[in-house]
Amino acid sequence: MSVAPALGALLPAVPLGLALVGLLLPQRSRRGAAALGIGGAAASFAVAVALVAALDGRATEVGTGWVDVGGLAVTLTLRLDPTAALVAVAVAAVALAVQVYSVGYLRDDDRYAPYAAQISLFTAAMLLVVLAGDLILLLVGWEVMGVCSYLLIGHDRRLPEAPAAAVKAFLVTRVGDVGFLLGIVLLGVGAGGFRIADVLAHDFTGGQLTAACLLLLAGVAGKSAQFPLHTWLPDAMAGPTPISALIHAATMVAAGIYAVTRLYPLFEAAPVALALLGVLGSVTLLLGAFAATAQDDIKRVLAWSTVSQIGYMAGALAVGSPAAALFHLLSHAAFKALLFLAAGAVIHAVGSNLLSAMGGLRRPMPVTFWGTALGLAALAGVPPLSGFWSKDGVLAVAAQAARHHTGPTASWVGWLVWICGLAGVAVTAWYATRLLLRVFLGPARSPRHPVDGAPTDTAEAAALDAPSPGVDRTLGTAPIDAPAGSPAPTRAGTSHDPPPVMRWPILLLAVPSVALGPLVLATPLRSALDVAEVHLDGLAVIPVALLVVGAGHAWWRWRADPTTDPATVLGPLRPALARALWLDEAQHALVVRPVRALGRLARRADETVIDGAVEGTGRGLHALGGGLARSHRAAVPRAAAALLAGVLLLGAAALAWGGAA
Amino acid sequence: MTGLGGVDLGGVGLAATVGLPALGALTLALFPARLDRAARITGTVFAAATLVVGALLAVGAADHAGGWSAHRPAPVGAPGPRPWHELDLAWVPGLDLRFHLGVDGVSYPLVVLTALLTLLCCGHLLWRVPAPGRGRTLVALLLVVEVGILGTFLALDLVLFFLFFEVVLLPTYAVIAVWGGEDRRRAARKFALYTLFGSVLLLVGVLTVTTAAGTADLVALTGGAGLPRGTQLAAFTLLAIAFAVKSPLWPLHTWLPDAHTQAPTVGSVILAGVLLKMGTYGLIRVAVGVAPEGARRAAAVLGILAVAAILVGSLVCLAQTELKRLIAYSSVGHMGFVLLGIATLSATGLQAALIGNVAHGVITGLLFFLAGAVKDRAHTGDLADLGGLRESAPRLAGLLGFAAVASLGLPGLAGFWGEAFAVVAAWQRGGPLWTTLAGLAACGGALTAAYLLRLLRRVTHGPASPAVLTLTPRLAGAELAAWAPLVLLTLVLGLAPALVLGVTEAPVGALLEAIR
Repeated sequence: MSVAPALGALLPAVPLGLALVGLLLPQRSRRGAAALGIGGAAASFAVAVALVAALDGRATEVGTGWVDVGGLAVTLTLRLDPTAALVAVAVAAVALAVQVYSVGYLRDDDRYAPYAAQISLFTAAMLLVVLAGDLILLLVGWEVMGVCSYLLIGHDRRLPEAPAAAVKAFLVTRVGDVGFLLGIVLLGVGAGGFRIADVLAHDFTGGQLTAACLLLLAGVAGKSAQFPLHTWLPDAMAGPTPISALIHAATMVAAGIYAVTRLYPLFEAAPVALALLGVLGSVTLLLGAFAATAQDDIKRVLAWSTVSQIGYMAGALAVGSPAAALFHLLSHAAFKALLFLAAGAVIHAVGSNLLSAMGGLRRPMPVTFWGTALGLAALAGVPPLSGFWSKDGVLAVAAQAARHHTGPTASWVGWLVWICGLAGVAVTAWYATRLLLRVFLGPARSPRHPVDGAPTDTAEAAALDAPSPGVDRTLGTAPIDAPAGSPAPTRAGTSHDPPPVMRWPILLLAVPSVALGPLVLATPLRSALDVAEVHLDGLAVIPVALLVVGAGHAWWRWRADPTTDPATVLGPLRPALARALWLDEAQHALVVRPVRALGRLARRADETVIDGAVEGTGRGLHALGGGLARSHRAAVPRAAAALLAGVLLLGAAALAWGGAA
Repeated sequence: MTGLGGVDLGGVGLAATVGLPALGALTLALFPARLDRAARITGTVFAAATLVVGALLAVGAADHAGGWSAHRPAPVGAPGPRPWHELDLAWVPGLDLRFHLGVDGVSYPLVVLTALLTLLCCGHLLWRVPAPGRGRTLVALLLVVEVGILGTFLALDLVLFFLFFEVVLLPTYAVIAVWGGEDRRRAARKFALYTLFGSVLLLVGVLTVTTAAGTADLVALTGGAGLPRGTQLAAFTLLAIAFAVKSPLWPLHTWLPDAHTQAPTVGSVILAGVLLKMGTYGLIRVAVGVAPEGARRAAAVLGILAVAAILVGSLVCLAQTELKRLIAYSSVGHMGFVLLGIATLSATGLQAALIGNVAHGVITGLLFFLAGAVKDRAHTGDLADLGGLRESAPRLAGLLGFAAVASLGLPGLAGFWGEAFAVVAAWQRGGPLWTTLAGLAACGGALTAAYLLRLLRRVTHGPASPAVLTLTPRLAGAELAAWAPLVLLTLVLGLAPALVLGVTEAPVGALLEAIR
């Protein structure tokens, strides 16, 4: 117990220190950068595991004062409890897998060194968020994560859309963070300090709590890609695939959910906010799932699936079960990271992101196939894989909230989350099956194959993270920084499983994807997560049945014609779903363009009106001076007359003055 | 003269802080033109000595009123600043003018920042003098500017404050008009005339206060010195407008973009880094301190204008097309946060304003150094012609990214504390007006991120433009030496804001007590 505070402090400090060293490394030193990156992640993992052991089921807090701003105390507090330690283990494990994987994935990238350091910095920031016991400290980690995400999305220099995607990711989340900051301000000002324990203990009025929680939700929606601030996540897939696995699937996007669980007592007392979260979560869940059905880019399928799965977590929070949300967060972290890393291997082998360019990869890439299959099965919730237990947990509490009104919110929220969640299960199973069939089964397709009616902007999607295999087509020599858009005529016959440095992370992540459910439910971890036992009552049959329906339908479509994308069943809906109901365009038209126009207007007004007034005053005075000067340059007769008039005037004034005196 | 018997070591330090750069400037004037480099080295040595002496002013601070951290209530009858060290000499007895200097927690961080930035600029000039050369004169002028700024921060006599305030004007004019960019003369003229207009108001304000109160001693004047309400309101209005021009506060800011854009790199650094702080410092110490009643009544107006500055400044930045001009305009928004903090008239707000001041000086100083480096290399500052800097000069691009991220107020870096806690302070005041202002200011934070990321996207990302492709990526040792302290300070102040906030806490508490 006594070592726990030290371990807690080390947890973010180690990767932070190594990241700072790594950022100072010369860009060429791959080996040093890899050592620092992997070493940092491995050390974090070890420390996190040690922390779990040291805490031994108890919670503690460690901290000192940081600074006092006009009577408001900001502290450097870490709240160490078993849940946080467990999430930290998950974060460090995924970070470690991704660091190792990146060594292979970015083998020929000359900017690997800053990349690895940025991942370390990100890991430190995420661990800070996980452990933070002070709202300002939480905010520090929260925003530093955002910056790392920005930097890493923009990493790939070959993608013309990467810089825009990076900016979009940062700005959309930053817009949410306006609310997050204000929520923190409200809580901190109310409680007289920012320590979370103090904030939770403070007696806020109902109105204050509702306002604070609603404001915080804006930040949560931004970070966790919830409707309507979800638009950045699919675009963020322009980042390298390992980054998508770590930041945009397993950790950062789940941070919003995690933050809510940390402050859950506040939300419990603000049912309006929770109800809103339930509505947003349900909308996001379905939107993400349906959008995933229509994508042709494998990473975009996974991205929309992430959006959808985080919707489940939000739904779990809304019906009163942070434990179920955290359980799903952990299992999602495992299987989604697995899926992204496997997708990276596929993309490397095929040289394209497009499903329409893949197919028949099962034989040449057995490890990748089984990894993906397990990940997708967990995602869809096939028993007894992790996703089944965690998703079933969410659905069970939702059902309970709906039928027995056990949640903190009205029962209609329970009904909403439950029904949307059940519908989502079928859709998830459908797109997971489609993904598996399109990538690994059926005939091999060349990437030059015309994209069958895919309405996604193909050129853009094709350029997404598309390394073209080099001369000998082994992954090791695939030049990751080959010019974008160069043809990549690979056939599946030449593709094979990735080298060990990329294969092992996939294999290792498959373990928790499969076994996390029993692990959490059957071991002492259960008390750490505080998961109520999953009741395998009659209701648990419903999601399994829906899963069979969804997967069966996709399989049946594919079976009828293996060369045709099952997504053709969407018919005229497909363009709408592929663009996710054009919310992106709506956001652009309603927010981005007006703000830009406002900027131009402000500039013009500033230059013409405000500065114009200043310059005008200057010119006016100059003209006035010129006029006066001219009037003083008179010919002798007029000057003499003026002089005489002046003398007379002064004389008269003097006389009048004297007379009055 | 009362004789030098009463002057202690601290007083000597104060005199040296203002005297050393003056002496340096005089020495440089004696150098022959051919010894230009030797002259620049001498000037740099004087600047370094000033920094050392200025930094040493903190020695003994703990023995004096307030101390480093603990805030003790002011003893009755002695409100206002309780300086760590004082130097109080009769100067023109006939006019009751005193040479009264003092340093406390409000002025100390600014003194160190001024001395540091001047030293870095002098060091930078050792390496390269902008056209048309004559580095000796430029260094001398910078030292004179430093005298004026340091004097302004240290003066405890209102008339002396005014005099130092004015010392800055003409050398700055010369720096812009001689070493500036293409449109330098117009920009310099505009700067001089605009700020001169502010000076006139300052003079009238100072005279209003001193004649009404019968003293020019800032220590005695702080808290209002029993001035009637009307006088206070009039004085505050005059002083606030004068300082608002300097800070600058929207809509009195239009001299700034031209001056900062046209000034040479070192000029921009000093202008943005510390010259603007004379306005905010004056607002806190003089305008609020001397006319608190006026400040209270004008607080709402000041707050509204500050938030307008944040929003308009950020929006204008979104539409800027020139690198230096964008950074110049960003100062309007950042100083808006500082002014919002001051307008709240609360401990949180004033603390936020003071650390915001320092952070802006460090970060914007760094940004101008980097913008200068980019412009010198690429020979253009047009955002349309820049691009892909990280391809050809990754280090420079990395540093620019760091500075931009710091400037957008990333938590954990220096810029965060001032901006976030200005919002906190506005929220703390409560009521619909201030709550709205807090919300709008927070939105300004998002806009700030928008324009800085736009800047980065244009300059560092994408394929390298022809102008960027040909630049020399190597960073000179002198450049790194000039930037490194600013980078470190950005990080250190972000992680340990108590370095500033711990020092300012006591005097802010004392000030608030005095003006209650």
